[in-house]
Amino acid sequence: MGDVFPRGRVSVAGASTFGVGEMPGHSTIEMAGKAVQLALADAAINLAEVDGLFIALPDDLFAGLSLAQYLGLHPRFTDNNRAGGASFMSHLVTACMMLDAGYLDCAVIAYGANQRSSGGKLSTPARPDRWDAPYNPMYPLSFYALAAARHMHQYGTTREELASVAVAARLWANTNLEAFAKGPLSIEDVIASRLISSPIRARDCCLVTDGAAALVLTRTDRAKDGPRPLVPVLGAAAATWYNSVTQADDITITAAAESGPRAMAMAGLTPAQIDTVQLYDAFTINTILFLEDLGFCPKGEGGKFVASGAISPGGSLPVNTNGGGLSCCHPGMYGMFAMVEAVRQMRGNAANQIAGAKTALAHGNGGTLSAQATVIFGNAETV
Amino acid sequence: MSGPSADWDVALAEGRFLLQRPVGGGDTVFPPRAFAPGTGAELEWFEASGHGTVYSATWIQRKPPEPPYNVVLVDLAEGARMMGRVEGVTPETLQIGMAVKARIIAGESPMIVFDPVEQAHG
Repeated sequence: MGDVFPRGRVSVAGASTFGVGEMPGHSTIEMAGKAVQLALADAAINLAEVDGLFIALPDDLFAGLSLAQYLGLHPRFTDNNRAGGASFMSHLVTACMMLDAGYLDCAVIAYGANQRSSGGKLSTPARPDRWDAPYNPMYPLSFYALAAARHMHQYGTTREELASVAVAARLWANTNLEAFAKGPLSIEDVIASRLISSPIRARDCCLVTDGAAALVLTRTDRAKDGPRPLVPVLGAAAATWYNSVTQADDITITAAAESGPRAMAMAGLTPAQIDTVQLYDAFTINTILFLEDLGFCPKGEGGKFVASGAISPGGSLPVNTNGGGLSCCHPGMYGMFAMVEAVRQMRGNAANQIAGAKTALAHGNGGTLSAQATVIFGNAETV
Repeated sequence: MSGPSADWDVALAEGRFLLQRPVGGGDTVFPPRAFAPGTGAELEWFEASGHGTVYSATWIQRKPPEPPYNVVLVDLAEGARMMGRVEGVTPETLQIGMAVKARIIAGESPMIVFDPVEQAHG
């Protein structure tokens, strides 16, 4: 047994973002609360019907309790599982199982962060562990730099190939009203940007923005009667291999190589049947690693794949169609925004809508390439 | 009785770099554990040779005139991997795959650093 998932029996009834980019004067719980209000309005579901709360906030260890208080609810269950930017995909796994089992009737997943307005730096309570800390790595940046350096050494991935990920993200962002970073960006611009922790340069890094997002989940039989196009959850899997990526067997292979195939098996789909991919691009190397590990190209060929234009507008595999963490928004734990963009694609109302898309994969990354979680959404035709 | 991390600290302060392995054989363990990860097997301490190979490396930039410093991952000869720093190298001379040897810097917070190992020619 294991990996039994209620394929298609739980759906996204509501989805919303709030304050993407800059939203000064708001606390994190206010940001998250506003996103919940908007997502419930989107679903035409009353606040009082919510009986499950799933949340991670950057600055609140008891975020589930805080959200219950803020919303004025006595939920049957709260969960503030922290797996970094993969937290929300993990929340969705739990929520789907509990909804299908009848333990919950209406679950909300929420996130809010104000790191741009509150300081302008990545806001995280996480630190290197005591074995890594004496060497003073930048957290989390240097851990990704070590993966990128090894990927370049092992497979011949080039500086230009890494840069092409940032360029593709910017091209998508340029036609997304909600995206924070717009304007021309060339391979040369990325390579000329400030070196931070080699080989990672400033334009290889995700943005520092504010932003909140929320999803409302119900059983599909209820969501079918809602005001929005049906977005069933076809599969969802979380994989955790370690905390410090120092402990990886091969630093170029992440737990996405486990979460992706497990989620796709639940959905009954292969990578070739996924129409669009939304993944957590904290750094340009992430996109390459995850496309390889999720099975969209062979291991080691991610650099060539992204440089070919495959992931850009008009390419064969639309990736991060909102502009991603690199150019749309990155409030600190990006996973929610990958899921919201996947939901928009399935509803047919994304800013950069992929014509005819019936399946969307959303992938979250947490820690330092440590925790990976993959969710596959469909549309009404897939159930 | 202290835990394995504290025992490791005591040995390091005495100038010894310890690793662990399952009694009767198996994969080397680092950082220290109370039992073998994945199997739960009983562990024993042994002294590392200190030899290793650079598995990956990054140079962290600082505001000039402060020079950049490196952070590396080292594959130890006995099989475990650890974070570290290689001393006496530049961005041009520090290479993935280069041989290094551990050295303990004594002091209030002793720590392990690595030096390049001159490769025999011929």
